[in-house]
Amino acid sequence: MSSPKHPTASAQRGAPAGAPTRITQGSQTRGAIGESTLRPDGTLKVTGEFAYSSDLWHEDMLWGQILRSPVAHAEIVSIDTAEALATPGVYAVLTHDDLPTEVKNYGLEIRDTPVLAYGKVRHHGEPVAVVAAAHPETARRAAAKIKVEYRELPVITDEASATAPGAVLVHEHRTDHHVGHVPHPNIVHRQPIVRGDAAAAARRADVIVRGEYTFGMQDQAFLGPESGLAVPEEDGGVHLYVATQWLHSDLRQIAPVLGLPEDKVRMTLAGVGGAFGGREDLSMQIHACLLALRTGKPVKIVYNRFESFFGHVHRHPAKLYYEHGATHDGRLTHLKCRIVLDGGAYASASPAVVGNAASLSVGPYVVDDVDIEAIALYTNNPPCGAMRGFGAVQACFAYEAQMDKLAKKLGMDPVEFRQRNAMEQGTIMPTGQPVDSPAPVAELLRRVKAMPLPPERQWESSEGADVRQLPGGLSNTTHGEGVVRGIGYAVGIKNVGFSEGFDDYSTARVRLEAVAGEPVATVHTAMAEVGQGGVTVHAQIARTELGVAQVTIRPADTQVGSAGSTSASRQTYVTGGAVRHACEQVRERVLELGRRRFGSYHPAWATAELLLEGGKVVTDGGEVLADLAEVLGDEAVEVEDEWRHRPTEPFDLRTGQGNGHVQYSFAAHRAVVEVDTELGLVKVVELACAQDVGKALNPLSVVGQIQGGTTQGLGVAVMEEIVVDPRTAKVRNPSFTDYLIPTILDTPTIPVDVLELADDHAPYGLRGVGEAPTLSSTPAVLAAIRDATGLELNRTPVRPEHLTGTA
Amino acid sequence: MRVKFTVNGRPQEADDVWEGESLLYVLRERLGLPGSKNACEQGECGSCTVRLDGVPVCSCLVAAGQVEGRDVVTVEGLADHARRRAAAGARGTSLPDAQQARGGADSHTGEGTELSPVQQAFLDAGAVQCGFCTPGLLVAADELLESHPNPSDEDVREALSGNLCRCTGYEKIMDAVRLAAARQGEAV
Amino acid sequence: MDFLRPASWEEALAAKAEHPTAVPIAGGTDVMVEINFDHRRPEYLLDLNRVGDLYEWEVGEDSVRLGASVPYAKIMEHLRAELPGLALASHTVASPQIRNRGGVGGNLGTASPAGDAHPALLAAGAEVEVQSAARGTRLVPIDDFYTGVKRNALQPDELIRAVHVRKADGPQQYSKVGTRNAMVIAVCAFGLALHPDTRTVRTGIGSAAPTPVRAATAEDFLNAALEEGGFWDSGKVITPSVARQFADLCAASCNPIDDVRGTAGYRRHAVGVMARRTLTWTWESYRGTRTASEGAA
Repeated sequence: MSSPKHPTASAQRGAPAGAPTRITQGSQTRGAIGESTLRPDGTLKVTGEFAYSSDLWHEDMLWGQILRSPVAHAEIVSIDTAEALATPGVYAVLTHDDLPTEVKNYGLEIRDTPVLAYGKVRHHGEPVAVVAAAHPETARRAAAKIKVEYRELPVITDEASATAPGAVLVHEHRTDHHVGHVPHPNIVHRQPIVRGDAAAAARRADVIVRGEYTFGMQDQAFLGPESGLAVPEEDGGVHLYVATQWLHSDLRQIAPVLGLPEDKVRMTLAGVGGAFGGREDLSMQIHACLLALRTGKPVKIVYNRFESFFGHVHRHPAKLYYEHGATHDGRLTHLKCRIVLDGGAYASASPAVVGNAASLSVGPYVVDDVDIEAIALYTNNPPCGAMRGFGAVQACFAYEAQMDKLAKKLGMDPVEFRQRNAMEQGTIMPTGQPVDSPAPVAELLRRVKAMPLPPERQWESSEGADVRQLPGGLSNTTHGEGVVRGIGYAVGIKNVGFSEGFDDYSTARVRLEAVAGEPVATVHTAMAEVGQGGVTVHAQIARTELGVAQVTIRPADTQVGSAGSTSASRQTYVTGGAVRHACEQVRERVLELGRRRFGSYHPAWATAELLLEGGKVVTDGGEVLADLAEVLGDEAVEVEDEWRHRPTEPFDLRTGQGNGHVQYSFAAHRAVVEVDTELGLVKVVELACAQDVGKALNPLSVVGQIQGGTTQGLGVAVMEEIVVDPRTAKVRNPSFTDYLIPTILDTPTIPVDVLELADDHAPYGLRGVGEAPTLSSTPAVLAAIRDATGLELNRTPVRPEHLTGTA
Repeated sequence: MRVKFTVNGRPQEADDVWEGESLLYVLRERLGLPGSKNACEQGECGSCTVRLDGVPVCSCLVAAGQVEGRDVVTVEGLADHARRRAAAGARGTSLPDAQQARGGADSHTGEGTELSPVQQAFLDAGAVQCGFCTPGLLVAADELLESHPNPSDEDVREALSGNLCRCTGYEKIMDAVRLAAARQGEAV
Repeated sequence: MDFLRPASWEEALAAKAEHPTAVPIAGGTDVMVEINFDHRRPEYLLDLNRVGDLYEWEVGEDSVRLGASVPYAKIMEHLRAELPGLALASHTVASPQIRNRGGVGGNLGTASPAGDAHPALLAAGAEVEVQSAARGTRLVPIDDFYTGVKRNALQPDELIRAVHVRKADGPQQYSKVGTRNAMVIAVCAFGLALHPDTRTVRTGIGSAAPTPVRAATAEDFLNAALEEGGFWDSGKVITPSVARQFADLCAASCNPIDDVRGTAGYRRHAVGVMARRTLTWTWESYRGTRTASEGAA
């Protein structure tokens, strides 16, 4: 080993220390679908041995460092890297001029994002140059020596400045496929939805409620920072170990910039420390590969937390203008709404977020007459894209506030009002698409309302007030003074899977063989396990379909076909579907093998319905025909195949009509809060959730997803917001000191009621779980705070200033 | 500079340490112990929590030079630490934990690895999702149960209030600590 | 960067004298954040972890001599009776891990207006023991210690050795507003101590002015009102109008800014609320102890 600094076992050539290895599930974790099953990677994770992308190490590796723009919008006059390059220990300094091919941009849908800025920078923190050095401090010092001269430009920060006459264009020369239908070049995409006659319906309304709502910029705040290791390979290619949500999407964007064919860019998923949408776009991937190819050495890049706030897209902040009408008997008449999403400097997933916001803006309610418009802006604010809930979150905040206002105006109970207008199976969405599987919206509301309420004044004890249970917590701000309880409800609707005609498929390779007399299944997909528990589910599916105890999950990489993204609540549905699909084919081939080998010994091989159970081939009558290991002998049966859900259609660009979505998922929340009304501090006491999951493949992780999503919704209700200075478009709080996420003392008990109404179109009847609880949690908390304070509260997060009239 | 200290019972030495490096960096990048995590490096998340002379601290905020001659326990040493504690508690009469099979662990999967009670409880309760917060939480929770065997829920919340988790909503972490405490109580 | 590791207080003073730009590091909870995020690259780091004296405290007749590096966790555990305000403040510091490392010396050295210990020290009454190799020891009254935003009365060759805090002669309280229920930097904070021995009330305000401050006008008003109304003797409930005026004067003594953590208007408002509440809590406690002692007598 040439490096004296690192006593880990010497890494093999090409494979870094900590490179992912296969995970075999054994005795502790034998679960079929429907059983709470423990994670196959759990032991590694609790012992500290699980290798996350920031843990990788390679002999002779260098550290990459990115120089980022200190201003939001400026022309780059000059870049001088000479002094940085001359720094001892520095191996490379690259700017835009060093890119190897004519492909200098990347992007999820629109290739508008420069790998390294050229001509101008469009947002605070945009990458301008990259450095590779032997020690991270050397790389930092060198980066600080790069001289960049900027000529600042006026900043576009909102709709008014984006569309003002003479407004500076964020992108001067757009050629993307949306530019033809947007009303202004600073608008990325616009999606109207028109159905029925909203104006005429409004005239039938007995009451009309209007609101203007503001949704703050939320950060995914995954704990594992953006990171990875690029290792140059002897064939001139590169092997990238990285934490991402979608290996093949990364690959498609990386290879052209490097000037390499895709088969020379090998990608392996390193351990992912959470994602929540924030790893759908590229971060350090291309930079690490460029430096590795330039220097011929492995290059590791790890963002620190400050950089992470600039290194990934955020949830779109939004302005939402809503008008609803209702009749005296509590029926919604119409919806007019306009949703303005701030996409920031680059498109990222903005077009798809627009489609979601528009098509789900009505919420889980029956409204026949709608006039809807959603747009996303190009501005000089931080780029925004995917985050759990994806456009549906912002809309849910607004329509649920509207439901409460309407109920209040009509003198109705807010839950009853929602139930009266709740959609159900058969309801036609504003897009004209029928809801063709269970939509138990009213039932979910009934269930959360029926849960017992937490006792009042739980913070009182014989020794006085326990401040840990009061607003302000450990900060000792109240012993009960000013504290008022409030209760609020909300329900939401989220689409599952990729919509609008996207070819949304996944690929699985399943192998069945006998090892030491035991049948063992191996599942290989490119699915990014980001913590959601997909690897557990894949093993459960293989066990269920193939009747084996032992399943090996291979590391996700690009040696197998695309699994699509770990987002849109889609992986259990789509890659789970692909694993089942491959297992079914394996099973058929194994039975064929059995018929060839043993068919002559027993007529049931030809006549009976045959199953694989408990490592044996059995008839549907329960008769054992053979041991699976015997059937397999020395042969391994392997199938790789793609699987796709039902096709969807794009939304019409004028009317928004189209069968755009695959599946919907629904969750409802009841929030109980206690508000210190004098100080404006909030303690969420309980956040109960009811959700329909179709079929809980792994009940333990289903509940974990619901509780986690609920808590992210709580965060953006009362504390989480990236604050951007409207004068400079600079981020003011890029740290965990000032971007606050809930601690365990901010998070209440979260009782969960799981409903399982099968969707017959989906594998096992399942419904995507991950996102729906993030939607309704926020408006439920806001409704509870409104209940406690009587304030209108049209923005989230709500800050103490908003509750005390001191904003 | 050179730094010599004890990690998980073993003497360790790191050379050519830059003076601005943290204990966390030395553990992760120089000693091959990346179990302690680098989520915020500003003391606001607890994922780098280690025991320094027995006390839980954020290793990102300890300068490498400050650990000279001191004793550090990381998540990698937690099972051993718990085993020694159990053995000491049993006063040499019986060592049920220590007698568990050792050395049979599968290096690929960790299967068969001896776990401390709190590690096992985190697995069993479903308290691990992405797992990036897990090492720090385990070190903090283990110390809590060492000093307060029967904590109230609010005590648990207070003790873990320096450890952020973004995946679980903390409910299953609460379950795990309750489970570990209950098992610890049964074992006594 | 050089890392200086003095083994004793004398060595530490000598090192500081030789390298006045050396940045002392004890708990590291401020300094290491600045180093990790490249905000600071000191020429010398002066490690105080091996200076054992700094981790000790002595309870004297009238005051506690608290070593600069005594962790907040120890203050909470061992000095709740003697220094109740500081113990409460310690409990609001960051997280358990930080409370295990950080001490009052760091708060004083950084002199951030948001340091949690300052309002408690101001309210209790304290002197900071600082020392240099050249000029020896001097005691700086806490009221003179904070000289500007993140500036204090230390000379470049001086180190903070201890803080002498007056032992509580009456109830003390501490409140801090943050937008999270744990692990949060103060939006603003308020400390209040009743001093029945001298029949005075002292206050301390954090994060609501360029430095930690006392609400002097409010203290004067309240001291006079309590004296004139015979409250100290009678132990009667403080008139709401007195409490309100005290709260208003406390709010008025702030000179806050708008920043990402809160608006100036909110800070002023919250200081007023905390002033009223902490006065109520301490006074009720004072009345309770009076009643109890009269009952016992």
